Amino acid sequence: MERIKAAYSLIPVFIFLLIWEVAARLELIPGHFFFPPFTAVVQEFYHLTSSGVLPANFLRSLARVLIGFVTGSIAGLLIGILMGYKETINKTFHPIFSLLYPIPALGWLPILMLWFGISEMLSIMIIFICSFFPILYNTVTGIKTVDKNLIKVAKTLGASERKILSTVLLPLALTNIFTGLRLEAGMAWRVIIAAEMVAIPTGIGALLMRAESLIRIDIVIVCLMVLSVMCLSFERFFIYMEHKLTGKWR
Amino acid sequence: MPVIELKNISNFICRDISLKIANGELMVLLGPTGAGKTTLLNIVSGLIEYEGSILFDGVSIDEIPVNRRSVGYLLQDLALFPHLDVVSNITYGLKIQKRRVNEIKARLDEMLDLMNIPDLARRYPKDLSGGEKQRVALARALAPSPQVLLLDEPMSNLDPLTKETILDEFKSIQRKTGITTIYVTHDQNEALSLGDRISVLNEGKIEQVGVPDELFYHPETEFVARFVGFKNILKVSIVEIKQHEAVVYINNECIDQPFKIRVKRYPVFEKGKEISLCIHPERIILKRVNGSVDSNLNRMMGKIVDRRRNGKNIRATIDIGGSEVHAAIPKALFDFKIHEDVWACFAPDAPHPLCGKRCGVTEDQRRCP
Repeated sequence: MERIKAAYSLIPVFIFLLIWEVAARLELIPGHFFFPPFTAVVQEFYHLTSSGVLPANFLRSLARVLIGFVTGSIAGLLIGILMGYKETINKTFHPIFSLLYPIPALGWLPILMLWFGISEMLSIMIIFICSFFPILYNTVTGIKTVDKNLIKVAKTLGASERKILSTVLLPLALTNIFTGLRLEAGMAWRVIIAAEMVAIPTGIGALLMRAESLIRIDIVIVCLMVLSVMCLSFERFFIYMEHKLTGKWR
Repeated sequence: MPVIELKNISNFICRDISLKIANGELMVLLGPTGAGKTTLLNIVSGLIEYEGSILFDGVSIDEIPVNRRSVGYLLQDLALFPHLDVVSNITYGLKIQKRRVNEIKARLDEMLDLMNIPDLARRYPKDLSGGEKQRVALARALAPSPQVLLLDEPMSNLDPLTKETILDEFKSIQRKTGITTIYVTHDQNEALSLGDRISVLNEGKIEQVGVPDELFYHPETEFVARFVGFKNILKVSIVEIKQHEAVVYINNECIDQPFKIRVKRYPVFEKGKEISLCIHPERIILKRVNGSVDSNLNRMMGKIVDRRRNGKNIRATIDIGGSEVHAAIPKALFDFKIHEDVWACFAPDAPHPLCGKRCGVTEDQRRCP
């Protein structure tokens, strides 16, 4: 049944691709020069992949996203746990983070360029910042919203503060933490592409900008499709993990 | 299981509470919302700070933190860990105590059998009914073999039928385990049917402590009387004291001529003194105005203004010169019509004085009818 449902959801995608192909072939779109058919995009995808250009740029972007995302998430998670659990730490850090959180990740780009120059560190730091705050706030919220009676009961059953954190608070905050991870995984890809487009000479974003300057719309579309698939894959991965870890009891 | 002693316990709600609970006793804390019942449980468990002292078997536990006080606490909302299945919920405290695996297994099986829930072992709380959750929460509280069991209105979310079953089961489990228990409720029926003794709390203070019958038939204060169902409270002046009886006037602004009634003599009675008497609705008898009335009974004429079914009884409200008297008459004996004039009668020993601890009524005089 699940497979039938999944197959059913693909039908609109196929129809969309078919319309795209027909519209481009019959030159129905004004400015059709900038609108290659879907098959031409697939062909270019194959060409870019076999020549190694796409994998090289993709792996650069992937590495930046993974390193920035993982370190940002871990830092956000750890500080979020401390802030959620200890009110004094929350009161200390909350005013600082509330001032920094509204600044968009790309807003940090000029200052980071001056600090780190055009380097891998620049892109990783951008992703770090982009991932850090949402995970931090989702973790704080997740821990703070755990039913206080559960903590009461755990205490009367003999649990120490640390035990309560590991056996009650963190497992119950997982739903919120995963929401943060899911949203930020997609955001990390969008931000890295944007950063590569304006400041970093390698990666999918940079390839996209080069293709644009050469008026290679097919390559631009290939890059956008890679971005789309990666955002979707990361999001799906975290939905799967969330379901795996919390599905039984939610 | 320890004897629990609370000595002059005070905090932002409780005011100078002293109470002794015997080994294996089931003490019910009864009172309205905001009386301080839950606060007192939180104090005994060590969850909140307090002044005064708590002793288990004569040893102070004031400095012992909550996680080492060895109390089992069943909260009103039960607070089962939603992310743990029944087995993990029950064994949570045992794992915290770092008991051996075979010991945990044995205790788990014992608890599942005691609560009659072996088939629920792998279910999560979201898949349990109210009654099943109740059993799991009780098993979790009892599993680590606490010295004291605290229960905070655990039956408040159950339907009457399930509540009755669970109460019976709980009572039998409490007897079987012999654990000293403090049970909080605002339901007088639950308290009267469950408790070995009952402490009635009001505004952070204990109003009266006693066995259920003592509270039910001999409340000491107007608050306790009203809480256990005495709706008839009469302000009276004592006009004459005889050897076994006293003659009193009912002081009621609504009544033109004061009623003179005869009541059983209590040591607290002094000529000219004003006191309150309570009469349980079940001790009021209704008679037709044209029928004969036993001359030994006190009688007041009134009109039935309301009647409603209450279990096996009919609860009738009789208007006596603007003042209401309530009677609980077995349904089979009630053949009166609404607005019918009747005699509301009661025996001289039906009224009971509300005079707090000052009345000096002996244990013998307190015995239940």
